Amino acid sequence: MTRDDESGDGRSVQPGLAASNEEYDEKKLRGSRFRSIIAPYLYVAPAFVVFAAFLGWQLVQTAEYSLFDWDGLGASTFVGLSNYLETFQDPEIRSSFIHALVLTLFYAGIPVIVALILTVLISRSSKMKVMSFYRTVLFLPQVISSVVVATIWVSMYSQNGFINQILNAFHLGGLTHAWLGDYSTALIAIGVVGTWTNMGLCLVLFLSGVGNIEPELFEAVRLDGANKWQEFFAITLPELRGQISVALTLTVISAFKTFDLVFVTTRGGPGNSTSVPAWEAYNRAFNTGQVGLASAVAVVLTVLIVIITWAIGRIDAKETA
Amino acid sequence: MKLSRREVVANNVVLIAFSLFAVIPLVGVLLSSLTPSVENSGGFSIPKSLVFSNYGDAWTQGSFGSYLMSSVIVTVAVVALTAVLGIFAGFGFSRFRFRGSGILFGLIVIGMALPSEAFIIPLYFNLRDVGLTDSYWALILPQTAQSLGFAVFWMRNQFRAFPLEIIEAARLDGASDTRVLWQIMVPPMISQIGTMLLLVMMWTWNEFLIPLVMIVSTSRKTAPLGLASFQGQHLTNYSLLSAAGVMVAIPVVLIYFIMQKKFISGVAGGISLR
Repeated sequence: MTRDDESGDGRSVQPGLAASNEEYDEKKLRGSRFRSIIAPYLYVAPAFVVFAAFLGWQLVQTAEYSLFDWDGLGASTFVGLSNYLETFQDPEIRSSFIHALVLTLFYAGIPVIVALILTVLISRSSKMKVMSFYRTVLFLPQVISSVVVATIWVSMYSQNGFINQILNAFHLGGLTHAWLGDYSTALIAIGVVGTWTNMGLCLVLFLSGVGNIEPELFEAVRLDGANKWQEFFAITLPELRGQISVALTLTVISAFKTFDLVFVTTRGGPGNSTSVPAWEAYNRAFNTGQVGLASAVAVVLTVLIVIITWAIGRIDAKETA
Repeated sequence: MKLSRREVVANNVVLIAFSLFAVIPLVGVLLSSLTPSVENSGGFSIPKSLVFSNYGDAWTQGSFGSYLMSSVIVTVAVVALTAVLGIFAGFGFSRFRFRGSGILFGLIVIGMALPSEAFIIPLYFNLRDVGLTDSYWALILPQTAQSLGFAVFWMRNQFRAFPLEIIEAARLDGASDTRVLWQIMVPPMISQIGTMLLLVMMWTWNEFLIPLVMIVSTSRKTAPLGLASFQGQHLTNYSLLSAAGVMVAIPVVLIYFIMQKKFISGVAGGISLR
């Protein structure tokens, strides 16, 4: 996980603070065993207890549940790793993970790439007075409840909705669809909602990153006669590494975590063309009485998210070093 | 570096295009919520006359008064608990070195990245066994646990950046640790604490899966959960649905407009610190 590395980094970045901290604690607190030994635990304990009881321990239990066959009511039987085997073999569950990959393209791939291209076009925009207005507007989809977002897009995608209106306006009436009701378009339709939500986030992150780049860097390459694209690869892209890593982490994880949108718009349908791992975990645990299998799906999803977070952090860390 | 006129125009064109992409669905839902139901087929249209009665109808037909009240109760409780526990723990992790501090910190912070699916299944059955499902506690306690990952992480970093000389001076004057925390460190950090609490507020208000799993009674449904059930009952009444959606989104959106800098710097800065 990135943050583990970074918490180590954070400590090493501030040796002065830590050293004088310790010195200080030793000088002033010697003789007060309570304050120096017990007190720190007392500060941390309430938060840790709430975390451990309602999250940490439950996490351990999810792993435990995943080794049992249980319908949520009767007795449970230990089945070893067979729920995991089923997770990888069951065609519906397997396709739910593939759907998550497709969504990643729409939630992360398109927004990051388009926002980067725009950043080239408008790279010096942070000097503009109206910038904070655009930032506010572009970021807006991020603060709206995903259930509200889902209800908005259900009407946008409906037979007489905005998307079909546009197609008709351009005399493309033949292309109109019930977008969320069609096997071939439902998953893409959900992906586009993710593009809508995450596009502004990426743009806001990159524009603020560009604003932090030293102008002298740009001037230097411009004196060398670099064009916009050379400037982008020489300066902007490397300098934005941190923001790109943050944007990728947030957006890829939001794709893999997708649940609310699917629950409200399609409930995994039509067929199981829009089922995603989080939906499979929820549906199997609370609707079809496959608690063990659902837990295995949840564990696999969690491990995937942890690996993704860690891997994206590594890319950033390696290039920095 | 000054921008040339042409650059300013080109930048504005690009930014306006993408702002429209972000905003058209939101303007659409506002217009739709003011269109009479009979004229509304789900498309984007300027209503001939503005009808505010959709809000009243949605409010009474969907008991949104109760949904919003539940959301307020849960959000206030989670934000308050997270503030107190997060400040204490952040202080503990930033000011002391103690056995196991790295592990304890790492564990709490993990909660920030985990999907709710990682813990919701056993949590439901455990809370059912002790009779806590379908209560506000089933929402407040897990959501506090989830928020603490970010809160503890954020507060530790903020406290670490606090000038040491000020703390030492207060200590020399004989102030206790707790006094140092609440009277010396917290007051000048209200702004940073506020940023953290705004994000926790937004996440708590918008949370869907935990209420979906835990809550059965209409009277304890939160606003997003209430909206989802309302959506199930009024699938094609886009006017009512839009009005309901606006009511669910508006509290967070209003606070966002007032404090947008804090929201954006919180998401950009807070997460990139990880």
